[in-house]
Amino acid sequence: MMWSEIDTWIIVIGALCAAGCAIPGTILVLRRMSLMGDAISHTVLPGIAIAFLVTGSRDPMAMLIGAVVVGLLTAFLVQAIQSLGKVEVGASMGIVFTVLFAFGLVLMRQAVDHVDIDPDCVLYGSIELAWFDQDPDGLGIPRGAIVNGVMLLANLIVMLLFYKEFKITSFDPALAKSQGIHPSFMHYLLMTMTAATAVAAFETVGSILVVAMFIVPPATAYLLTNRYGMMFILAIGLSILAAALGHVSAITVPTWFGFSGTSTAGAMAVATGFLFICAWVASPSQGVLAKLWHRASMRLRVIREDILGVLWRLEERGQQQLDALQLSEAIGATRWMVLVALRGLQKKDSIAREDAHWSLTERGRIRATKLVRAHRLWEIYLDKHFPQDSHQLHQSAERLEHVTTPSMYSSLGDAKEDPHGSRVPGDE
Amino acid sequence: MKIEAGHSPTSPVSIHDLTVAYHRKPVLWDVDLDIPEGKLIAIVGPNGAGKSTLIKAVMDLVPKASGKVMIYGKSFKKQRKLVAYVPQRESVDWDFPIDALGVVVMGRYNKIGWCKSVRKRDTQAAMEALDRVGMTDYAHRQISQLSGGQQQRVFLARALAQDSTIYFMDEPFASVDAATEKAIVKVLRDLRSSGKTVVVVHHDLQTVREYFDHVILLNMRVVAHGPVDEVFTDANLKKTYGGRLTLLSEAADRLARH
Repeated sequence: MMWSEIDTWIIVIGALCAAGCAIPGTILVLRRMSLMGDAISHTVLPGIAIAFLVTGSRDPMAMLIGAVVVGLLTAFLVQAIQSLGKVEVGASMGIVFTVLFAFGLVLMRQAVDHVDIDPDCVLYGSIELAWFDQDPDGLGIPRGAIVNGVMLLANLIVMLLFYKEFKITSFDPALAKSQGIHPSFMHYLLMTMTAATAVAAFETVGSILVVAMFIVPPATAYLLTNRYGMMFILAIGLSILAAALGHVSAITVPTWFGFSGTSTAGAMAVATGFLFICAWVASPSQGVLAKLWHRASMRLRVIREDILGVLWRLEERGQQQLDALQLSEAIGATRWMVLVALRGLQKKDSIAREDAHWSLTERGRIRATKLVRAHRLWEIYLDKHFPQDSHQLHQSAERLEHVTTPSMYSSLGDAKEDPHGSRVPGDE
Repeated sequence: MKIEAGHSPTSPVSIHDLTVAYHRKPVLWDVDLDIPEGKLIAIVGPNGAGKSTLIKAVMDLVPKASGKVMIYGKSFKKQRKLVAYVPQRESVDWDFPIDALGVVVMGRYNKIGWCKSVRKRDTQAAMEALDRVGMTDYAHRQISQLSGGQQQRVFLARALAQDSTIYFMDEPFASVDAATEKAIVKVLRDLRSSGKTVVVVHHDLQTVREYFDHVILLNMRVVAHGPVDEVFTDANLKKTYGGRLTLLSEAADRLARH
C-alpha cells in the first residue's frame, strides 16, 4: 500500500464530513425521523442546481442558500402533504423528495451546459480528488477540508447552544411547547442544519451516500449507550472511525483480490454499516452476544438451582445420591450443561463429590432449603389463589422458585405443609 | 345544571366559550367555566369527550377554533411559569436515552432559560421532586427500565420540579400499580394543602369521590361542574355518559363534512 499526503487528507476530509453529519443525524435518529435526513439530502440537489443556474458559478454561499431554502421547503411540504393529503409520513416524504430530486436532476442536466459540473460527482462525490481542489493561498489545506470543517464547527456550536432545547423537544414536545420552547422552531432549526450539512457534504460523499453518514453512526451509537450526551460523542467518534476505516479498506481490500482501489466514499458508507453490525453483535447492553450470554447464564443458574433442589429432595427421602448423568436426566438438561453447573456449584462450595456421586455441603443445604421452601410456599400460594391440579402446581412453582426476590420471599408467608402434603422446610 | 361563570380575574383558569375542532369536527363546544383555586379537580367523561383536549387547549397545545382562556386574568403565554403539565404516559418515547433524573430536570428548563445549561440547584430541585414521589433510588435508571407506575411517578416528579401554581395532569392514574396510585394521591393532597390548583383528567369513576373536591363532567360540552357532593350524581353521570348526546355528535360529524 502506497500512503501519501493525499490519503491523509482524504481521511481528514471524510472524517470532518462524517462527524459534521453525525450531529444533526443523532437528533434525527432520536426523533425517529431518520428518513427526513435522506429526503433532505436528496432535495438539496435542486437547490444547488438552481444556485448554479442563477449565479452561473460554484459560489459556495449561493449553493448553501439554495440548498437550505429547498431543504426547508421539503420539511414544510412533507408536513403539509401529510396533514392535507391524509397519508402517512413515509408516503408524504416519498412524494416530496423523489419529485424534487428528479426536478434537481433535470435542472442539473441543464446546468451541465452552462457550468463546469459533473452530475456523477454530485451523486457520488469526489473525495479522491478533493486534495487537488485548493485555493492558492489556502496554506495547502484543501477546500473540502475547510468547507466540512466549518460545517462541523457550526453544527457543534448549534448543538451545544440548543443542547437541552433539542433534548426536550425530541423527548416530550408537548411539555416543551407548554414551557414556551416551540417544537416547530427546533424542527426547522434541525432541518436547516441538515440541509446545510448535506450541501457541505455532497462534494465529498455525494448526495446519495451522505444519508449513510447522517443515520448509521448515530444508529450505532444508539445501540451502545443510553445517555443523550454520550450518543453525540459516540456518533462523532464512530463516524471518524468509519471515514478512516473506509479509505484504508478502499485502497487495500480490492488489491487482495487483484483489483485496483474502489470508491472511497462508498467504502466509507460501507464502513459505517460494518461498525453498525459490530455494535449490533457486541453491544454490551443490547448486542446479540450480550443477549445470548445473558440467556445462557440464566439457564445455568436455573440448572444449578435445580441440582440443589434435586439433591435436597433426595436427602429428604433418604435416597441415594446421583451422579452427573442421572442428574441431567432428573432435571432434563444436557449433560454438558449439568457438568458446567456442577463445576460452578463445587467452586462455591455448595456440593461435594463422593466417588461419582454428588451430595450437598452444609452451605449448599442452606441454599437448597431456601429454594425448596420457596417452591413449596409458591405451591400453597397458587393453590389458594388459582386452584389447579397438583402437577400444574409443581410446574408453575418450579419456574417461580427461580425468580423469587427477597421481598417476594418474605411476602409468601409461612406454612407447615404444601398441597402435596410435603413438609415446608424452615427458613434457617 | 346551568353554569353561571362569573369569570373572575382571580380564578386560576377561566375558560370563555371555548370551541376546539379537529379537521373542522368540534371536539369541545362552547366550554365556559371558572376553575376554583386550591382544589383538586377531576375532569370526567366518556372516551372522546374532549377531556385531554380541554387541558391541551388551555395550554395552547392545540389551536382553538374560538373562545379564550385566562390564567389568573392573563393569557397563558404570559403565565406559562405558573402552569405545570403531566402529559399522558404513552405520549413520549420511553426508549429515549435519558435517565429518570434527566426527565425530571426537564421540568426546570423554563426556569433555566434558552441556551443556558442546567444549574446545580435545578438538579437539586429535581432530586427533591424524585424524593417526594419515592423514586430517589431510581434517579440514574434509564427510563425504559422503569415499570409503568415508576414512569408515571417520574412524570409527576417532573411536574413538581416545575414548582408551579396550577397543575394539569392527563390520566396520571391510567394503568398504575397500587403503590403508585397511593404516591400520586399523597402528592395531590400535599399540593392542595400548599394552596395549588390541580386539574386531573380522570377515568376511574369509583375514586372520584375519594380523591377530588370538584368535578367537571364533560362530553363535548360541560354537562355539569362544581363540588363533587353536589354534582357527581347519578343523574348527571347518566347525562354525561348516556345517549343524549348522540344528536350532538351526529351534528358534529355533519359539520366535519361540510
